Amino acid sequence: MAKDIADSAEANMKLIEEVLAAYPDKAKKKRAKHLGVAETVADAEPGIQSKCDTVKSNIKSVPGVMTIRGCAYAGSKGVVWGPVKDMLHISHGPVGCGHYSWSQRRNYYTGTTGIDSFVTMQVTTDFQENDIVFGGDKKLEKTIDELNTLFPLNKGISIQSECPIGLIGDDIEAVSKKKAKDIGKRVIPVRCEGFRGVSQSLGHHIANDMIRDWVLEAGEGARAGFEAGPYDVNIIGDYNIGGDAWSSRILLEEIGLNVIAQWSGDATIAEMERAPAAKLNLIHCYRSMSYICRHMEEKHGVPWMEYNFFGPSQIAASLRAIAAKFDATIQANAEAVIAKYQPLVDAVNAKYKPRLEGKKVMLYVGGLRPRHVVDAYHDLGMEIVGTGYEFAHNDDYKRTGHYIKEGTLIYDDVSGYELEKFVEAIRPDLVGSGIKEKYNTQKMGIPFRQMHSWDYSGPYHGYDGYAIFARDMDLAINNPVWGMFDAPWKKTA
Amino acid sequence: MPQSAENILDHKDLFKEPEYQAMLEKKRATYENATPAEKVEEVADWTKSWDYREKNLARSCVTINPAKACQPLGAVFAAAGYDSTMSFVHGSQGCVAYYRSHLARHFKEPSSAVSSSMTEDAAVFGGLNNMIEGLANTYALYSPKMIAVSTTCMAEVIGDDLNSFILKSKEKESVPADFPVPFAHTPAFVGSHVDGYDNMQKGILSCFWKDAPRTAGEGINIIPGFDGYVVGNIREMKRMLGLMGVEATVLGDASDVYDTPSDGEFRMYAGGTTQEEIKAGLNAKATISLQEYCTRKTLAFCEEVGQQTASFHYPMGVQATDEFLMKVAELTGKEIPEQLRLERGRLIDAMADSQAYLHGKTYAIYGDPDFVYAMARFVMEMGGEPKHCLATNGGKDWEAQMTALLASSPFGEGCQVWAGKDLWHLRSILATEPADLLIGNSYGKYLEKDCNIPLIRLTFPIFDRHHHHRFPTFGYQGAIGVLVKILDTIFDKLDTESDISFDLTR
Repeated sequence: MAKDIADSAEANMKLIEEVLAAYPDKAKKKRAKHLGVAETVADAEPGIQSKCDTVKSNIKSVPGVMTIRGCAYAGSKGVVWGPVKDMLHISHGPVGCGHYSWSQRRNYYTGTTGIDSFVTMQVTTDFQENDIVFGGDKKLEKTIDELNTLFPLNKGISIQSECPIGLIGDDIEAVSKKKAKDIGKRVIPVRCEGFRGVSQSLGHHIANDMIRDWVLEAGEGARAGFEAGPYDVNIIGDYNIGGDAWSSRILLEEIGLNVIAQWSGDATIAEMERAPAAKLNLIHCYRSMSYICRHMEEKHGVPWMEYNFFGPSQIAASLRAIAAKFDATIQANAEAVIAKYQPLVDAVNAKYKPRLEGKKVMLYVGGLRPRHVVDAYHDLGMEIVGTGYEFAHNDDYKRTGHYIKEGTLIYDDVSGYELEKFVEAIRPDLVGSGIKEKYNTQKMGIPFRQMHSWDYSGPYHGYDGYAIFARDMDLAINNPVWGMFDAPWKKTA
Repeated sequence: MPQSAENILDHKDLFKEPEYQAMLEKKRATYENATPAEKVEEVADWTKSWDYREKNLARSCVTINPAKACQPLGAVFAAAGYDSTMSFVHGSQGCVAYYRSHLARHFKEPSSAVSSSMTEDAAVFGGLNNMIEGLANTYALYSPKMIAVSTTCMAEVIGDDLNSFILKSKEKESVPADFPVPFAHTPAFVGSHVDGYDNMQKGILSCFWKDAPRTAGEGINIIPGFDGYVVGNIREMKRMLGLMGVEATVLGDASDVYDTPSDGEFRMYAGGTTQEEIKAGLNAKATISLQEYCTRKTLAFCEEVGQQTASFHYPMGVQATDEFLMKVAELTGKEIPEQLRLERGRLIDAMADSQAYLHGKTYAIYGDPDFVYAMARFVMEMGGEPKHCLATNGGKDWEAQMTALLASSPFGEGCQVWAGKDLWHLRSILATEPADLLIGNSYGKYLEKDCNIPLIRLTFPIFDRHHHHRFPTFGYQGAIGVLVKILDTIFDKLDTESDISFDLTR
């Protein structure tokens, strides 16, 4: 082990120890398992840089520590189902959940909102005390009728359960079956109550399972009679944040593939129905949609592969890996596309690398990006000094070792306290995390980008997105405001 | 290839490029099973019709684009007004992530709160253990001087009893026995964020006032209510009171915690009403609420302890400010100084200068009950005509108060009051009976686009414009700011729509 790696590993272990010292014993014991340092891999396989799955993950958050995590409803309504644009998604229960998640994820879509597309609307049964006491099934039935009257072009309705639904014993499955018959459209019950599981992650899983049971296996729908061509693929697990799925799709089409379904950013229910006919599932967000890929593989024989469209190194590697699943024509196309975009990559790097080289970055995001964006930073000459996930599982931490070098600080389900202390001690040049972390970090004089919503920018996927990513990292880090924090008359020598 | 390093296009322009347009067109035509464009247009036209409006207004179960949030958000906001106070929301953890995000997006500031992170096992056995462990962790990590406990709907549905849980937590030494842990049950299925504010205010005051001996004094307390403009407004109110020589206790002063400086230090807590001030507040002669609907239970409690009370509907505009100042003068015996009379005169001067552009303009106004009341009143003072006043969280009592207000001025004639309606109702209402201007929050931008009515953002939440909350809307000076925002919108529209009358001076 090189000395600098050993040094940073040692410094990070010491830092973890210091931070844990603030906790009461019980919490300290629990939290210690989630904090660590990327370790040396014994018998390293090619492409593996470190061992990151030494931290525990996907475990209940410790009460009272200010976890940054959300809930199963956020994972289902907010992430998986909400972007399906031609369906109405009912936030079933009290008004808050739908309100706070209203229009916040930036899942771009085309269509006429309120007429044939409904993504940026907040539809709720707005539970009152009576609904809790007497149950909400009747209200839900009538809600579906009212929605179908007011939005006749909807192609289906999903019911996104909030906490009370599972506690008061409502039978939303029975309502769904009945109303699907009545309105002649899909009505999909999702048991994504916020108290289920430990984070958003179970919401993703439940949402996937409902796609399986209530869409893919509940009649062929648009799949009936559809004959897939040899180049038909699906994009799975791209939520089209700031248009990500579009700047990915354009590359896949350029190499000669047809994207017959895009899940779930800018998706229609017909695309989802048709997906099992494709030749290959290309999955971007492994954490949130691997479940349905495994199902389509087992049930429909659709193979799947992960890819990474963040940053030119990974884009090129992914395009080649995807093309390798097809014939020589596609492979030649992939090389041509990589070559076509190389001048753009070179120009972006020439412009931004000198401004960003050597800058240190700490990440804390959801279930994919803490590893997936790493090489995009590397492409700009930047260094990742800490990373962690809100809701990753062990297999995500395993995969993190492909990207992260030994000695890097790793934090799972980090608490507000821990993140603040880590950032304070390491003082990176940039932190990439969420809105709850943004202003805290900036007050400390450290540049920040929201890496869930792309901070209202994007897309970041694909070559077109890489240029925007580079621009945004530069504008965050190199803005003059960071140099003006100290009043000149207070400056120390 | 649309992208270049010299001129980097992001989402706003990138997808307008022909490559992307062709790609999206192909997606729509080939894979989406989209509704034909003519049919979409036909339905879109229908949604603007009287027929649609009747169907829309007839719905009784579904709520679409409501202008209200749930109780715990108000509780977290209320607790933020107290010195070094951490909100602890008992129940599912996702809720807390939502409140924090929501407040951070509006104020562009950190927003701290913790959850007891209850999951399935707590749903079965209750959340006592989560409370015991959670309070201990919060106390150790964040060194609060007070922990304010509220509830998510999960904890309410399973019936967790905060009072006994907190007592048991203290027995287990999660926090010291004398450490203040005020609480409020804040079920999301009752009322809205304004009620959560009320419940938490009452919870905090009860914690310090209940059973404490009161010696009636001459001081006054002021409760601001849930206000997205808290930063500018409380400072402006304090300035006005300072001019009067009145030292009031603001019960819940969140003006500093939502406006901390960037100087290298992250302050989890900043400013806020201290526990000494809360305790002393019991002896006040009177407690004034600036927003009646945010403080009904709290004011009833203040009366129980023997204080006089008075309430307002958000002191914005001329008469509302007059009444507030006169009430303060009456309660304190202090005169309203000449400077405030001059400020009042300057506001009237501004209104007179611009009256030609304001007179007869029609408005649709939505928001929380007190805000809508104040806004409608100020609009009428300017010679404007409210046409639609809507509060999703307004009830029959609010409707009656609004009706009386509108009846008090000829400019209120013909205005319709929409209690309990949502912004999808408002879409139908504006499509059939439009107004010149729409006043509300960021969610109104969809209505602005759909109905082609300019939106003026004047109430919480404002996500898509920055820093408005740093400027006051209260008082005479605040009213000038509101006036300018309205005028700017009117003038921008006039210029955009003008060709031969593109006048330099207006």
